[in-house]
Amino acid sequence: MKTGKVPLIEVRNVSKFFGSVIALKDVSMAVYAGEVMCLLGDNGAGKSTLIKILSGVHKPDEGEYYVEGERVDFDSPRDALDRGIATVYQDLAMIPLMSISRNFFLGSEPTRGRGIFKRFDVRFADRVAREELKKMGIDIRDPSQPVGTLSGGERQSVAIARAVYFGAKVLILDEPTAALGVKQAGTVLRYIAQARARNLGVVFITHNPHHAYAVGDRFTILKRGRTFGTFTKDELSREEMVRMMSGADELEALSHELEEFARTDAMHAKGKLSEVEQQLAESLERAAKTGDDV
Amino acid sequence: MTTTTETASQRDERMVEVGLLRRLLGRPELGALGGAILVWIFFAIIAPEGFLSLRGTSSYLEVSAQIGILAVAVALLMIGGEFDLSVGSIIGFSGAVMAMLTTEVGIPLYVSAIIALLISLLVGFFNGYMVVRTKLPSFIITLAGLFIIRGLTIGITRAVTGRTQVGGLGDAPGYNVMRLIFGVDVPIAGVGFPISIFWWFLFAALATWVLLRTPVGNWIFGMGGAEEAARNVGVPVDRLKIGLFMVTAFAAWLVATITVTVVKSADTKRGEQQEFIAIIAVVIGGTLLTGGYGSAIGAVLGALIFGMVRQGIVFAGVDADWFQVFMGAMLIVAVLVNNYVRKRAEEAKR
Ligand SMILES: Nc1ncnc2c1ncn2[C@@H]1O[C@H](COP(=O)(O)OP(=O)(O)O)[C@@H](O)[C@H]1O
Ligand SMILES: [Mg+2]
Repeated sequence: MKTGKVPLIEVRNVSKFFGSVIALKDVSMAVYAGEVMCLLGDNGAGKSTLIKILSGVHKPDEGEYYVEGERVDFDSPRDALDRGIATVYQDLAMIPLMSISRNFFLGSEPTRGRGIFKRFDVRFADRVAREELKKMGIDIRDPSQPVGTLSGGERQSVAIARAVYFGAKVLILDEPTAALGVKQAGTVLRYIAQARARNLGVVFITHNPHHAYAVGDRFTILKRGRTFGTFTKDELSREEMVRMMSGADELEALSHELEEFARTDAMHAKGKLSEVEQQLAESLERAAKTGDDV
Repeated sequence: MTTTTETASQRDERMVEVGLLRRLLGRPELGALGGAILVWIFFAIIAPEGFLSLRGTSSYLEVSAQIGILAVAVALLMIGGEFDLSVGSIIGFSGAVMAMLTTEVGIPLYVSAIIALLISLLVGFFNGYMVVRTKLPSFIITLAGLFIIRGLTIGITRAVTGRTQVGGLGDAPGYNVMRLIFGVDVPIAGVGFPISIFWWFLFAALATWVLLRTPVGNWIFGMGGAEEAARNVGVPVDRLKIGLFMVTAFAAWLVATITVTVVKSADTKRGEQQEFIAIIAVVIGGTLLTGGYGSAIGAVLGALIFGMVRQGIVFAGVDADWFQVFMGAMLIVAVLVNNYVRKRAEEAKR
């Protein structure tokens, strides 16, 4: 379904070594506009290392990196940002004591006036921050309130809104749902779907198969620094996904995961989880139909 | 489209009304403002004659100005998440360099002052560079700086002049120019107010402008709040940090220049403990020790409290020894109040 199109970003056979640790070996992956690529894997599988290569934090020791078909060699996160590749880190996304609008524009402050009268346009920052968040469905009363007053899910959403506003073409999210409850995770997943609806390419890292399945179009599975390849949703069932993530021999872990499914299925029955997922499914469908804002 | 903008602007107005009181309560300098008013009232009652007179006011403002200039710069640095314990030593160093260049080499005092400024900025640059390169806590780097710079100052001055003080600058070439800029009293209602007070206010106004109304100010808050996050969104953290250490060095030079001009001499011991008093003033002013939150106005108020207490005690006829006890106690109270105010600020708006 993606054949013929040039991917927004692509890595070919990249490897990364930290001393004797092989963090990543021969990994290839591509992300297209308007899709959510889920990067799955256990702790230590190399997910963060891979996205640090994508976002310009690390240089790959082997392999190539292409942005829109052009070979690149990033020296810093700024280089990646300039090419429209924005990364939202789970815990480092926001500065709690700073206001929402100051956070929103940190590093790219709008100014007015010239020369020594050049100043931070606070009004503009407040207005745009509020508007942009509204577009994502968050109605903040006061953009000058500290980010620390927002919930974890809202903070992630502000970070996503910021990336989208600054013209990100690719959005990289490192475990944005890891520390969140079911409802808040649902909020973040919805914004991921919205980013896709705006034709962004999204790299979504998680080790929660439910979250991956809810929004993912394709799945790249990492295990101990190597990749099992990339699969579409039809090619991969949830159970297979879990098996690949944990390894066929680790039956114990698998059965543990399966137990968890049973438990969440029970929750479905109570209608707790399904509400969020239903909402999600709806928004996804709408997005797919109109290709527009949800 | 028009409706959205309309509702947005309507909400804007409502926010201004509702938000003003809340915003005021959320300001870091609120505690210091209350403290300054209380201290003023206290001395106005127990020592009205000296304290309330214009002469008394001028005297505590002059004391406040010396600390205040340092505190404003230290506030910027501390909001940015770093400490500078070497500023006191830079005061002594800068003054000694300035004085010796004039007495030993014979160049006009204002030229010596400019050379001392450049050297001080270099020291600040070096502090910042070491912090950025070694990634050691600035507390350690500048603690080392405190001793190294003080030791160098005393050593060099003694080697060159044979003494630890350099005097007689009143007759030195270029002194009158310096006096006009840094040492005159500005008459207000018949009482002279030292010009250093105006330098203090100007510096504080500039710092406040930078903090609240420029991108650099936003970077300072961001860097102090979460350095890696700031770096990740493109804030030039290393350059900013070095720049802030140069600002504290500049403030130390300004204080040195003012004292050298007013006292007409340099003393290698000058500025001792000022680094701690500046930090106390900054913390009293509501700046968090952990960085990312604070204000230059708060530092001004902290320095004002310092000056009022130091002179007020004298006016009240109390032994000045008690002053240090007061400052220490004040520091603890301020930190407790800060923590409380910050929690309130974060929660009130939920
Ligand atoms: N900066 C580093 N220095 C040394 N080893 C590292 C570094 N970053 C990651 N690693 C190692 O590389 C492997 C992959 O880590 P990471 O990419 O963080 O995994 P994940 O994000 O999938 O949990 C781990 O074994 C980890 O210890
Ligand atoms: Mg990780």
